[in-house]
Amino acid sequence: MSVIAPKFRLGYFLKGIFDNAFWILTIVTLAGIPAIQIVLFYLELPVIDGELLTAFLAFTWLFNPTMQVPLIKALIYSDLFRIVAFPGFGFAALIAAGTIFVERKMLAKLQLRVGPFYCGKVEGILQLAGDGLKLISKEIIIPAKADKPLFWAAPVLFVGTAAAFVALIPVAPGGWVVADLDVGLLAVFAVIGFFPIITILSAWSANSKFPFIGGIRALHQMVSFEIPLILSLLGVVILTGTLNLSEIVESQSSFPWIIFMPIGAIVFFTTMLAELERIPFDLPEAESEIVAGWLTEFSGMMYGLVQLGSYLKLYAFAALFVIIFLGGWTGPVFWPPLETELITEGIPIPNYAGDPILTVNAPGLPLLDQDPNEWVLQQQGELQYTSGQLLVSGVIWFVLKTVGVIFFILLPRGVFPRIRLDMLLHIGWYKLIGLSFVNIFIALGLVYAGVIGPGGIL
Amino acid sequence: MAEQVIPTKKMPPGLQVENVDDRIMTLNVGPQHPGSGHMRIIVKIDGDYIVDADPDPGYVHRGEEKMAESRNYITNIPHLERPVIHDSCNILYPYVLGVEDLVGIEVPERAKYVRVIAAELNRCIYIQYWLAIYGIFLGHSTMFMWPAGDRELLIDLMEKITGARVTHAYFIPGGVRNDVPANFEDVCLRQVNYFEKRIKEYADIFYDNPILKARTEDTGVLSREDAIRLGTTGSVLRASGVDYDLRIKEPYDVYDELDVHTNVLKSGDSYARSKIPWLDMLESCNIIRQALEKMPKSGSIRTKLKPNPKGREDEVYRRVESGRGSAGCHIISRGKPEPYRLKLSVSSFRNLIALPYLLKGEKLGNMPAVYWSLNYWPVEADR
Repeated sequence: MSVIAPKFRLGYFLKGIFDNAFWILTIVTLAGIPAIQIVLFYLELPVIDGELLTAFLAFTWLFNPTMQVPLIKALIYSDLFRIVAFPGFGFAALIAAGTIFVERKMLAKLQLRVGPFYCGKVEGILQLAGDGLKLISKEIIIPAKADKPLFWAAPVLFVGTAAAFVALIPVAPGGWVVADLDVGLLAVFAVIGFFPIITILSAWSANSKFPFIGGIRALHQMVSFEIPLILSLLGVVILTGTLNLSEIVESQSSFPWIIFMPIGAIVFFTTMLAELERIPFDLPEAESEIVAGWLTEFSGMMYGLVQLGSYLKLYAFAALFVIIFLGGWTGPVFWPPLETELITEGIPIPNYAGDPILTVNAPGLPLLDQDPNEWVLQQQGELQYTSGQLLVSGVIWFVLKTVGVIFFILLPRGVFPRIRLDMLLHIGWYKLIGLSFVNIFIALGLVYAGVIGPGGIL
Repeated sequence: MAEQVIPTKKMPPGLQVENVDDRIMTLNVGPQHPGSGHMRIIVKIDGDYIVDADPDPGYVHRGEEKMAESRNYITNIPHLERPVIHDSCNILYPYVLGVEDLVGIEVPERAKYVRVIAAELNRCIYIQYWLAIYGIFLGHSTMFMWPAGDRELLIDLMEKITGARVTHAYFIPGGVRNDVPANFEDVCLRQVNYFEKRIKEYADIFYDNPILKARTEDTGVLSREDAIRLGTTGSVLRASGVDYDLRIKEPYDVYDELDVHTNVLKSGDSYARSKIPWLDMLESCNIIRQALEKMPKSGSIRTKLKPNPKGREDEVYRRVESGRGSAGCHIISRGKPEPYRLKLSVSSFRNLIALPYLLKGEKLGNMPAVYWSLNYWPVEADR
């Protein structure tokens, strides 16, 4: 194996380029285009302006100013967009990336350091991208006697489960959620129940001692904290009488539940830290005791996937706290109403000098208002806020509250040392379960005293 | 390690060390483990409990004692401080005192005070480094960064005095290598006062932290009798309630002219063992301030030696209180420029003897807390 770079020869260089071009063209023609055609055949395509959107029309309309906006609008209201981009994976991954950046910089400030600084010129903002590239380019090493299928599957399953958790989180009013279930909270509990299984399977399949100890610790921790987690949320279910997360948010339009259930909120926050394996509950990854716990044998992008999954999980838990205790997207609507003159009078298209030469009547504007009549109703005083206003300010409130909760999740890392397994189990099984029962009794008291609920004063 | 010296300890019920093999898992903690240092601890665990711990040092053995036999008394200085470079002045101190005895020279008064200041500064530097590692061993990353950052203050000060950041090679037989710079007193006083203010803040985030207290109190308890029987020194001994500080019991240089207090805690657990060095740092700040006040403002800092001094035919043993405990140096001279035999008696190895005794019956999560609270420096134990 030679490590000396071969001598440069123009002929070989050109041959390499031609070879690459040949194979790319061949593969795209023989496999890529048929694959796209097959996928397009099964896609459910929307009807825009009386015409069925086909692939050919999509390419044509992309360059047609009158049809661009309806095309984008059709995309926004498709299921694919929800899963991939806005309330689903892309949105969560964006917040997770922001979380990692904020965590590094905030912790650095707390510890009198600078933190990532050089990558990306501005305060190391591209450090995460650099780390991701490094992880992707690293070799994946699997222990010799590991159970390979399980070991490969564990990081993917972990991210998949975290993404399933994210899919249950409603972000904005009007059904902006990937999976709007009537048993949403129950589904959340079910998804959370998968994490210890994945953890112990990956730890066991690595066939190594430190991951095994870490997996057992993770199992102890997650199972014993799941019970107070579920119990602490039951108080809200008793008060609202629903398991649908969107309806739980709607029930907090005048006050958030944390006012009535601070004990439940504290219990849920503590269990959240434990489920997320964050300091002071990072026993499954305790570095000085068991190297990196159940992550010890993961290398390269397998480790990166687990980290991605854990930060998605962090976002999802913070969002769940916001939805259940802090009122989700509810808050004062500050977004000004969008005017409908855009629709009635059209968009002026300027020439190269900037003078309008053409007015285009674009259907489907503005993007966020589904019903153009809402503006008319609002002018007549029959409607307080249009759905576009509610959506924009709702999302902004939701993101602000979630970022605030994430900040408080990150903060203990700079303040507390790690606790011990027996202390952890003691907290979980004695104190938190007791406190969550107290919380349930408070909720029952509020309902039976007639303070909240049908006929109550609130 | 003599087995019969180690007293037996009462184990929690239900734990078995022998007979049932498949209950016991053997962990090699080290030498490539984030919680080990340059050594290995072979730990046998039964569930979460440690039933047997066998420290295995020797990965960083450098043969300092053998090297010393082929070098003369002056060229021995730079390599004898290598076993613990973060405390290089204190590890060199007993050697220098011993050589002064053998060669028979007097040290100028100003040099004695400069030595005390440098030794106390170096003690703080060492303890800060030790404390940083203790913090990260307990998962407290702020306690890793704060001492590591505040240590720079004193490192800058030592750089001003000696010209080197870590390996100073500052003490030589007959005094110190060079004089302190001009206006050193002001700079030193300012830095030390700020340093003291900073380390007092550690109590808020670390020593008064309820989780830290709950975790380290009543773990790895070393009673007063066992601490004496096992031969521990320094902070480990003082945490177990034994008032033993060589700066007071066997004062060397000018420690008898200074008002030195020693810190003793009774409980003997990991928390007390981790707190004693921090209290020592505060005491060091007091000593430095006193020494700066009493130091002669001018004068010689070194008695001239002959180019290649020969020791008289004798043997000498001197010891000082280093950052970890008593550090001793036994030199046998046969009238040559080189020592015939040089033995370093270091506190790290003495404190390590307590480790298997303390770890038995502890939980695995307590291992880093107990291990690093012994004020142990692996490279020094191997020499």
